[in-house]
Amino acid sequence: MIPAAFDYERAESVDHAIELLGSDEEAKILAGGHSLLPLMKLRLAQPSKLVDISRVDGLSEISDEADAMVIGALTRHHDVANSDVLQANCPIVAHTAGEIGDPAVRHVGTIGGSVAHADPASDLPTVLLALGATMVVRGPGGASREVGAGDFFKGLFEPDLAPDEVLVQIRVPRHTGGWSYLKFHRRAQDWALVGVAALAANGSGPTVALTNMGDRPLRASAVEHALGAGADPATAAQLAAEGTSPPSDAFGSAEYRRELSKVLVQRALEQAMA
Amino acid sequence: MTRVAVTVNGEQREAEVEPRQLLVYFLREGLGLTGTNVGCDTSSCGSCTVHVDDEAVKSCTMLAVQADGRRVTTIEGMAAGGQLHPMQEAFRRNHGLQCGYCTPGMVMAATSYLEENASPSETEVRQALEGNLCRCTGYQNIVKAVLDAASPERVGRAIGDAVNGPEGGA
Repeated sequence: MIPAAFDYERAESVDHAIELLGSDEEAKILAGGHSLLPLMKLRLAQPSKLVDISRVDGLSEISDEADAMVIGALTRHHDVANSDVLQANCPIVAHTAGEIGDPAVRHVGTIGGSVAHADPASDLPTVLLALGATMVVRGPGGASREVGAGDFFKGLFEPDLAPDEVLVQIRVPRHTGGWSYLKFHRRAQDWALVGVAALAANGSGPTVALTNMGDRPLRASAVEHALGAGADPATAAQLAAEGTSPPSDAFGSAEYRRELSKVLVQRALEQAMA
Repeated sequence: MTRVAVTVNGEQREAEVEPRQLLVYFLREGLGLTGTNVGCDTSSCGSCTVHVDDEAVKSCTMLAVQADGRRVTTIEGMAAGGQLHPMQEAFRRNHGLQCGYCTPGMVMAATSYLEENASPSETEVRQALEGNLCRCTGYQNIVKAVLDAASPERVGRAIGDAVNGPEGGA
C-alpha cells in the first residue's frame, strides 16, 4: 500500500516546524511515523504535507527535574523503556513503553507521536492520565502552554493541539509506589482490547485509568471512589465499566470489554497495592 | 521529488525519490535488493525488517526520506567475504526456516536484539521476535537458532549433531 502523494519538509527547529505547519492547513507532523504512516497507507489520512521533526535537536532527552521527569516528545519508546531515570522514578512509564508494539516498532515510534495521535487503544495516554502528567505544547510566536492529561485527550484521535502547535515535552510526576499496567490482547503485538493502569495511593487515594473503554483514556472514577470509601479491590473492581462506552469490533463486543475491564482492574489493583 | 543519500550495506546510494516512497520499495525496486520481503505491509509481520543505524526497523512503515543520511543494512549486507553472518549460519545449522519468506526479517530482528542482549534466555528471544511472524516453523528452530548464535557452545554442537548425525557416525 502506498500513501497518497504529499510534500515533504524537514524542520530544523520547533519554531521552523510551527512555521511550516502554519503555511498549510492540511500539513501533519511526522516524528517516527508509526501511527501516521499506517493511516496514510490506508488513505485514512491524506495530509498535503509532512513536516518531519525527527531531526530537531533537544527533544529526545529524559531529565529528572525537582517536581517531575521531563520526557522530550521525540524520545523513542525503546529509550523510554530503557531509561534509568524513568525506571527509578516512574517505572510504570518505562514498563508500559516496553509493552508497545514490538522491538522494531519501539525503535522508531515516539512518546510524543503516541500521545499526539490520541488513539484510545494506545497504552501510554492511559498511564499519563493516571499519573496526572502534563503536556507542554509550543505554538506560533514562541507561545508555550501546559495541558493536563485529563484535558489533553479530548476525544477519538483528538488531542488538544491546534494545527500549528507542536507537543514538545511530557512532564511526568514521580511515582515510586505500587503500580500496575495490564493489557489484554489476543496476539503479542496487538493493541489492547482493554488496558488498565493502577497506581497505589500517592498522596490521595489509588488511581485507576482505562485503555480502549471509550473515545479517550478514562479514569475509573467509580472504582476510585469505592476504594476511597474503604472497598476492597475485588468489590471496587465491579464498578470498572461505570461511565465507560467501550467499542465493539471484530475482537470483542462492548459487553465483553465491560466484563474484561472488571477482571483487569481487580488484577491491576491487587498488583499495585501488594 | 526529494534527493536522498543513504548508506546501504556500506555503499553510498543516492537517488531522487517521491516523498511517499516507502523504504522497503526504495530498497527492493530502487536498488534491486529483493532480499527484504513485503509480507503484511502493515508493520505486523516483520518480514520487511532491516537495520537503520544498526537497529531493527520495519521498512514498510518508514519513508525512504526518513532514512536519508542514515546507515541501512539489509540481509544482503550480512554475509561478509563469502562467509555467512553467524546468525545466518545458526539459522542454517538449526534449520530455522522452511519456506524462507520470513527469514531475512527474522535474521535482522535477531541480530539487532543480540546487540542489546548478548546472552538472552529463551523467553527473551521469543519476546524479541514478537514482531516477526512465521507461518511454517512453529518458531522452535528459529528460537534455537538465535540461542545458538548467542552462545554456540551452549546448544550449537548438540543441535548440529541432532540435525546432521554425530560426527564420524555411519
